[in-house]
Amino acid sequence: MKNGSIRRIALALAAPFAAVVFATIASSIFLLIAGSNPFTAYGDMFEYGSRLEIQVDILNRATPLYISGVAAAIGFRMNLFNIGVEGQYRLAAIVAAYVGASVSLPGVLHVGLILVVAMLVGGAYSGVAGVLKVTRGVNEVISTIMLNAIAISGLIAWLVREWQAGGSVDATTSNLGVGTEPIDESGLIPNINSWLEVFTREIGKGKELTGVILVAIVVGILYHILINRTRFGFDLRATGINPFAARAGGVSDKKMVLGAMVLSGVVAGLVGMAEIAKLGRFNPNFVGGLGFAGIAVALLGRNHPGGIAIGALLFAFLDTASGVLQVTGSASREIVFIMQGIILLAAVIAYEVVQRFRIREEARLASALLEGDAQ
Amino acid sequence: MLKKWKLIIALFAVLGMLAAFGTGCGDDDDSGSSASEAPAEEAPAEEEAPAEEEAPAEALAGEGVTAGLVFDIGGRGDQSFNDSAAAGIERAKAELGIEFSESSPNDDGSNRAELLQLQADNNPIVIAVGFLFAGDAATVAANNPDTNFAVIDDAMMDFEAGGPIAENAAGLTFAEHEGSFLVGAAAALKTQTGTVGFIGGVCCFGLIEKFEAGFTAGAKAVNPDIIIISQYITEFPDFDGFNAPDRAKEIAAAMYADGADIVYHAAGGSGAGLFEAAKEVSENTGSKVWGIGVDSDQYNTVDDAVKEYVLTSMLKRVDNAVFLAIESHINGTFQAGQTAFGLSDDGVGYSTSGGYVDDIVDELEAFKADIVAGNITVPDSME
Repeated sequence: MKNGSIRRIALALAAPFAAVVFATIASSIFLLIAGSNPFTAYGDMFEYGSRLEIQVDILNRATPLYISGVAAAIGFRMNLFNIGVEGQYRLAAIVAAYVGASVSLPGVLHVGLILVVAMLVGGAYSGVAGVLKVTRGVNEVISTIMLNAIAISGLIAWLVREWQAGGSVDATTSNLGVGTEPIDESGLIPNINSWLEVFTREIGKGKELTGVILVAIVVGILYHILINRTRFGFDLRATGINPFAARAGGVSDKKMVLGAMVLSGVVAGLVGMAEIAKLGRFNPNFVGGLGFAGIAVALLGRNHPGGIAIGALLFAFLDTASGVLQVTGSASREIVFIMQGIILLAAVIAYEVVQRFRIREEARLASALLEGDAQ
Repeated sequence: MLKKWKLIIALFAVLGMLAAFGTGCGDDDDSGSSASEAPAEEAPAEEEAPAEEEAPAEALAGEGVTAGLVFDIGGRGDQSFNDSAAAGIERAKAELGIEFSESSPNDDGSNRAELLQLQADNNPIVIAVGFLFAGDAATVAANNPDTNFAVIDDAMMDFEAGGPIAENAAGLTFAEHEGSFLVGAAAALKTQTGTVGFIGGVCCFGLIEKFEAGFTAGAKAVNPDIIIISQYITEFPDFDGFNAPDRAKEIAAAMYADGADIVYHAAGGSGAGLFEAAKEVSENTGSKVWGIGVDSDQYNTVDDAVKEYVLTSMLKRVDNAVFLAIESHINGTFQAGQTAFGLSDDGVGYSTSGGYVDDIVDELEAFKADIVAGNITVPDSME
């Protein structure tokens, strides 16, 4: 039996391993075509990634990617394609930043209020797509794309002017003044450098490990429990695999659609929290695009809480490495986007191949066992 | 079994090609960046220190000094704002003998601070192109007290405390409204229809309104009854408007259809769409319409096919500012806080390339003299 479980683990690791190996080879070809030396480029990337300060950067980048990946994965688990994470997290962030700046509370309550507001806004906004699907049968892909446009170019553009600190932008002074009112110190999730420094040396260069990484870990654990240990999670997976069978088994698919959609949005609301904690307000530097990146991360991680974490770290590492490649001149930054694309495609295909191999292997094992019993 | 593997390999090959194609299309705006990229020498910053003092007379002043340049939205190849900064650092390389390395942030701008730090690790002076760097530059400057930072388009001043944000961070700002006033006057002098247009890249964060306010004031100074159609491509916090030539083209075509015959853009890389629209409209209707460029002398930077539609350009001498920042660093006269460039020091102005405004240069120079002398105060916001 022990032999079998080793085999299972080996099989589970085969797909991502194959994907990364293939992506590395394919990217090397592109690097060669572009006239760069792949070994120098990879060497630079790994040397850079091995520095403690850069690992902090990678973790900071991976944190929102992970939360975004989980948000997308909740939808994927029941065949809902929530493209709206993008709009949901940005809207949640600006509202949370505004509410956070307008109150003053002691530390834990203040942070808690901001997180709750972000989750409520995210959940409510994705709930719109859920209600549209349940009541009017509107495909969630279409509605969330539309809701993204409404949120980003409409609502947020309007809100950011409504809530501009001091009433209006003063062009004659610094552009640093553009954005919502700053949140009091008590509302900002502090960095957890000291936690990491227990294991390592002091983190230099003013890099700060975001405390939101703890929120991400909690989100990951709750996601795991929800999917694997609760009735809701079971119904969710059952509906995702076969909605008709699930309905026959007494699962209300409308309730599940709405539930999954809202839950996805609730998690999406947390995506922007690392940015808000860092910036202390919503301003032009607030990073967009994390919602779309999360879809890729969820695909790469096969909607598995651990897998998404690996995907988020891998993408974060590549994003971070794009800088050093440019500065050392060993490759252009575009190679990073090529690598991310290839890894994603290779992973999707490799999983399929391994999956088929596993099914065949299981069939062979079962027949071997049966023969053994017969004797 | 073998067949299947062959199929998979073929599939990979196709996907790989698709990926290559997709990226190839995507990086049009970055074309040329790798060709002209000068890899940073791995000389650590400490070794540069002697060069900051007096250099030997026969050698170039900046020999052995390295500089780091970080572009923002649009990146090198936008024919406008970023290219102007690139021209400045190329000039510093040619005239002062410095070496430089350049880099652009990821598309979502998530690694601005990382790039600044990375450049600061390798270079004693780092130039950040664009106000979006202001916050990150303040933080990184505080953590790298031995490196000088210069940020384009932000004052880098703590206005409440009344001093520079950091002792090693300079803010290079421009009186864009004054330059825009002159091209506004040029548009009003040259228009046949009495209607001119303004396309802004991104609205509502204060900067582009300076261009619009100056342009409007300049046009009205010539003709109080002039009609000015104004439109922005996107609204803050969506900064796509600086890199959306297709949308600029649509907007410009609509303005020309509404009777405007001269359209000024302050939209960075999107401006290419304006000149394309000018060419198409001119060819389709038979009556010539114009575009006015921004930041760089766009007569010299746009595609040859649309050259003849660039009436003039509002010059924002980012190149001069970049050059001066590097020069001051080498001379040891680097100054923290705001350095403002205006009409009086040729920090902004208008271009005469192509010769299309030669007949009105006298009027424009008169306006310029009035502004410099303080007889005309150009508004820097729309209110």
